[in-house]
Formats: sequence, structure tokens, C-alpha cells
Amino acid sequence: MNNASTWQLLKTVMLRDAKVALRKRSDILNPLVFLLIVVSLFPLAVGPGPDILGRIAAGVIWVAALLSALLGSERLFRDDYLDGSLEQLLLVPAPLSALALAKVAVHWLFAGLPLVILSPVLALLLKLPFEGWGTLALSLLLGTPILSALTAIGAALTVSLGRGGALVSLLILPLFIPLLIFATAAVEAALLGMPVSGQLAWLAALMVLTVTLSPLAIAASIRVSVN
Amino acid sequence: MWRWLHPYAKGEASYRLLGKMLPWFSVLAVIGVVVGVGWGLAFAPPDYQQGDSYRIIFIHVPAALYSMGSFTGMAIVALIALVWQIRTAEWSINAIAPVGAVMTAISLFTGAVWGKPMWGTWWEWDARLTSQLILLFLYIGVIALYHAFEDKRTGAKAAAILSLVGVVNVPIIHYSVYWWNTLHQTSTITKFAKPSMPMSMATPLYIALFGFAMLTAALICWRLRNEILKQELHRPWVQQELLGDNAAQTEGQ
Amino acid sequence: MSTVVDARELTSIRAGRVLFEALSFKLEAGAVLYVAGPNGAGKSTLLRILAGLLRPLEGDVQLFGQALRHDPEHWQRQTLFIGHKPAVKPALTAIENIQLQAQLDGIQLDDPWALLEQVGLLGLEDIPAQQLSAGQQRRIALARLWYSSAKLWILDEPFTALDQVGIELLQQRFAAHQANQGSLILTSHQALTWRPKTLQVLELGEVAYE
Repeated sequence: MNNASTWQLLKTVMLRDAKVALRKRSDILNPLVFLLIVVSLFPLAVGPGPDILGRIAAGVIWVAALLSALLGSERLFRDDYLDGSLEQLLLVPAPLSALALAKVAVHWLFAGLPLVILSPVLALLLKLPFEGWGTLALSLLLGTPILSALTAIGAALTVSLGRGGALVSLLILPLFIPLLIFATAAVEAALLGMPVSGQLAWLAALMVLTVTLSPLAIAASIRVSVN
Repeated sequence: MWRWLHPYAKGEASYRLLGKMLPWFSVLAVIGVVVGVGWGLAFAPPDYQQGDSYRIIFIHVPAALYSMGSFTGMAIVALIALVWQIRTAEWSINAIAPVGAVMTAISLFTGAVWGKPMWGTWWEWDARLTSQLILLFLYIGVIALYHAFEDKRTGAKAAAILSLVGVVNVPIIHYSVYWWNTLHQTSTITKFAKPSMPMSMATPLYIALFGFAMLTAALICWRLRNEILKQELHRPWVQQELLGDNAAQTEGQ
Repeated sequence: MSTVVDARELTSIRAGRVLFEALSFKLEAGAVLYVAGPNGAGKSTLLRILAGLLRPLEGDVQLFGQALRHDPEHWQRQTLFIGHKPAVKPALTAIENIQLQAQLDGIQLDDPWALLEQVGLLGLEDIPAQQLSAGQQRRIALARLWYSSAKLWILDEPFTALDQVGIELLQQRFAAHQANQGSLILTSHQALTWRPKTLQVLELGEVAYE
């Protein structure tokens, strides 16, 4: 008989995912290196003048963050699907949406949080004026959980297809638009010396909404994919 | 209500019901579209500000309305498909999505055509056009996901989940795009914020709206019937239906 | 004797092909159900339906007297399913895999080394599973059976990749499970050398569609 409590089961799932992630460090690093490279391409493409770069910095960083999130999305469920852990997850006596949220949380820890930590480097590379740095980091802190949760929906929907890549982008990128709008607007307002609490409040609201509702969609998608 | 709906979970009953509805929708669609659009284009008075260019609303407005209406409809059948596992609802998703996508494309195209005389450019990052463009992306996502699966049942369920995720996001996207638009105001023309339309313009618009509704319904009916036949091909009633039709045709010759 | 599995009128169609139609059977506590049939006959599909991973097109399954959809946690806690894929994390070592899986099964392993010895993995515990052979990986997955107290085991091709010693070992474990009033559903292309007390055989692949 399995008498473990839901919380114990969630902890085990998180522990396992964290261990696997730490064993395969290249999977964590590659999307981050990709992000750095994309960001470094812009000064080369539009010229290194601080007036242009500083103005587009927030937008470039956020678009690059969206793309790198998509790049890392496969890692969420692909291996679990291939080795059979995903179908075992369905048989764990705990709500599947809670288990899915646990996996997303671990994914965020290794994909989203590094972006927040990296944000000063990105800001520096793109010559973002210093007034915007804090807001950029805050917008990433509030926005990356949304990235992780939404990419998880796309990853779960396409995990059984074997060639998710381009399709996931097609499904999920349009859903990132509100996030992109509010996050870049927050940094823009900070640069103009205006209050940013409104935009950040919107981001926080979006984050709460996404983190609450997306586990249901992820769980439903896993059920459909493990078929 | 679900007890009443239940027989239509079976393919054959839905197929027959749709067969009865299709001619009505088709006839009303032809009448509504021809009268509404014809009247609007040829007989309604020109606008005092925009001249004749406003006439595109007789196509643009209905297409835009039903592009969003179809998405809502698709999300509703998606919910039914996921919760009650009703197969007709599963098939409906693939019946509705391309129709909605075409409506969205029409509204985008007519919007661009309208934009040329209004803004002097084919494409303007206007809030309405931008959110229609995103809606088109969402439709394309649903259609692409459905077709990515070999097993159409799985594909329909996956598309159903995505439609529900989409429908939750549509209002958020919509309002964020409007807000973004006011932030980066480039054009100040608001298309519909005009004093109430005179009857001579409103009447053909209402008829066109009705016609497009019937057209959307007819197209969905027709696609759903085909979908049912395709998915139930292994069932005896389909073979009878198809062979029966052939037999009737040979008799007629 | 209580009924563990009660399958009623199960129908499954995959990729437009009827696998089985109106299939009904019951399984009592302490009985073994051996699902036989050629490749593609729907054995795995049936097992996945019984494990609650798939919904049948028609019909329903009751486990421990309750419908599958009703209160899933109730039967999830009493059922153990091991499918084709071993659910072994290639990046983790044998002992990590076994301990984490045990925690997911709600068991705190007091002596994981004894368990490793029982399944013949002692000395290999520190090697990442991806460097082990298919048979050794299968042993990691099957280690669950040695601590499991689930009343119903559903095993899809458990003997795959195992050597003769492993197969013998597994069948001894099955016998102990059955002696303990446990039920077992399995598929295999291998004939059982062990004779269970109550053995039901279900032949699939005979339902022809008109």
C-alpha cells in the first residue's frame, strides 16, 4: 500500500528532477549560452551606439528570453516520456496537476532563475541605462515563471510527437504576447523615470493566473500524450 | 439537456441532423450575404467622412465578429469534448478551426485594404489588426497541432486543450494589445467610435451579419459532416451511406 | 475471495483497427491473468486500460469494486504497473533510481543494499543506469516488486531482456505474491515455467471485424 502524503510525493518528484537536471548540466547551460549569443548579435546587427541599444535592450532581452525558454522546453517532459517515467507519474496517488506544477517549479529553478541572475550581464551588454536594471530583473523574476508554465503546456501537448521544436513555438509564442508587452513596458517606464508598479502588478497578476491555471492544462495534456 | 444531446454523441445521428440543417443554412447564407453585401456595396449611401472606402465594413465587420465567435464556439465544443468525451464535439474542433481561421484572414485582409486609404499604408500596428493577427496565429496553432498527430482522436483532444488555453488568453492578449497601442499611439483614427450609424447603413450591415453567421454555420456543418464520414469510415452505416448514394446516382442515370 | 478486477464490455479501436470488442472478464484476489496473443493484438492496450492509463472506447473497468474514474487515488495506491518502458532515469545510479521510486511508491527503504542484492545489482549501485545493460536496467525497474505491497500487479512483458536466472527469480517473486493473496496480470512472449494455483489465460487477436 502506498500511504505517502501528497506533499512527500511532490518532494520526491522535485528531488528526482533536480538530481537529473544537475547530472545533465549542458541542458541547463545551452539555453543560457544561446541567450547570451542572441543578445550579443544585436550590437553587431544594429551598431553598438548606446542610444539605439539602450532603447531596444529590454525588448531584445525579453524576446531572447522567450526563445531560450522554448529551446529548453523539450527537457521538461521528453526524457520522462521516453523512459516511461511520465506514465508512472499518472499512477502516482497525487493530483497530476500538482505533480506537473512541481516539475514546472524545478524547471523554473534551472531555466528561469538563471535568467534573473544573468540579467545584469545582459543589461550591461546592451547598454541598458542603469535606472532600468532593477526593473528588468524584477520583470524577469515575475515573468519567467509564466514562461516556464506556458512552455510546459506546449511541451506536454507535443511530447509524444518526437519533433516538437517548431510546433511548440507556433503554439506557445502567441500566448507570450501579454507578458512581453507588460515586461518591456515596465522597463521603458523605469527608463523614463515613471512609476513601474502598475506594469509589475499586471505581471504579478498574470503570473498568479498562469501558475494557477496552467497545471490543469499541463495535466490534461500529459493524459492525452501518454496514450 | 445532456440526456437530450446524448444521441448526437454518436456519429450517425449527428450526421443526419447536420444533413437536415445544412440546406437551410446554405440558402439563408446565400440570401444574407448577397443581399447584405450587395446592398452595402452598391446602394447604401457613402460616408460623409470616409466616402466609399467605408463600404468594406460590410465584409470586414462580419468576418471579424465571427472570427472571434468561432474561437469561442471552438472552445465551448473543446470543453464538451474534454469533459464529456463526446466524439461529435471532438470532431467539431477540426470542423470549426479552419473556418474561423479563414474568417480571421478575411478580416485581416479587408482591414489592410481599408487601411490603405485611411492610413496610407497597407499595414498599421493598430490594436484591432494586431489582435486579429494574433488570433490568426492561435488558429494556426490549433490546426497545426491537430494535424501533427497520426491518431486523430489524440489530435482532437490536444487541439481541444490548446483551444481552451487560447480562449483564456484571448481577452488578456486583446486588452494588453489595446493598452500597448495607447502607449505607442501611431494612428488616431478609431474606426467604430462614430455617432450611431444611420438606418440606411445599419440595415445592410445587420443583413450581412446575419448572412455571414449562416455562412459560418453552413461551412462548419459541411466540414463536420465530412469529418464524421472520415472518422467513422469503418462503421457499417457510413459504407451504407456512401454506397447508397452511389446506387441512387446510378439509378438516376 | 474478492473480485479485484471486473472488466465489462471493453472495446478498443486503435488507428481505425478494432483490437477487441465487448471483452469482459473478472479476476479474483490471488489469481493470475496471463494475456496472450500475437504482436499488435492489443495486449499492451488492454493492460494500459486496466492500469487506468487509457480509457476504453466503450465499456468500463472496476478495480477493487470501484470504477476506475471514481477516486483514482484509491486504486492507484493498491496497484503497481510496470510497462514496456522501465521508468528508470538513465542519468541516475541504480540505488538512486530504486530509492526515489520507493519514495514515490510510499515506502521508506530501510536497507536498500539488501534489495540490491536480491535483484542481483550489488556492486553496480554507483554506476549511472545508462551505462548498465538492458537486463540490468530492467532489474532496477523490477526491484519495485520486492518491496511492493500493492495487491494488484500489472506487468507488461516483465521478462524482456532478463537472463534465465532473472526470469527464475522473478517467477519466484510472483509465487510469493500470489501466496500472499496478491493478483497479477501479465503479458509475455515467454511461457511461464511456474504453475500458478489459479491461472486464467486471455487470448487476444481473435476478434475479427466484419
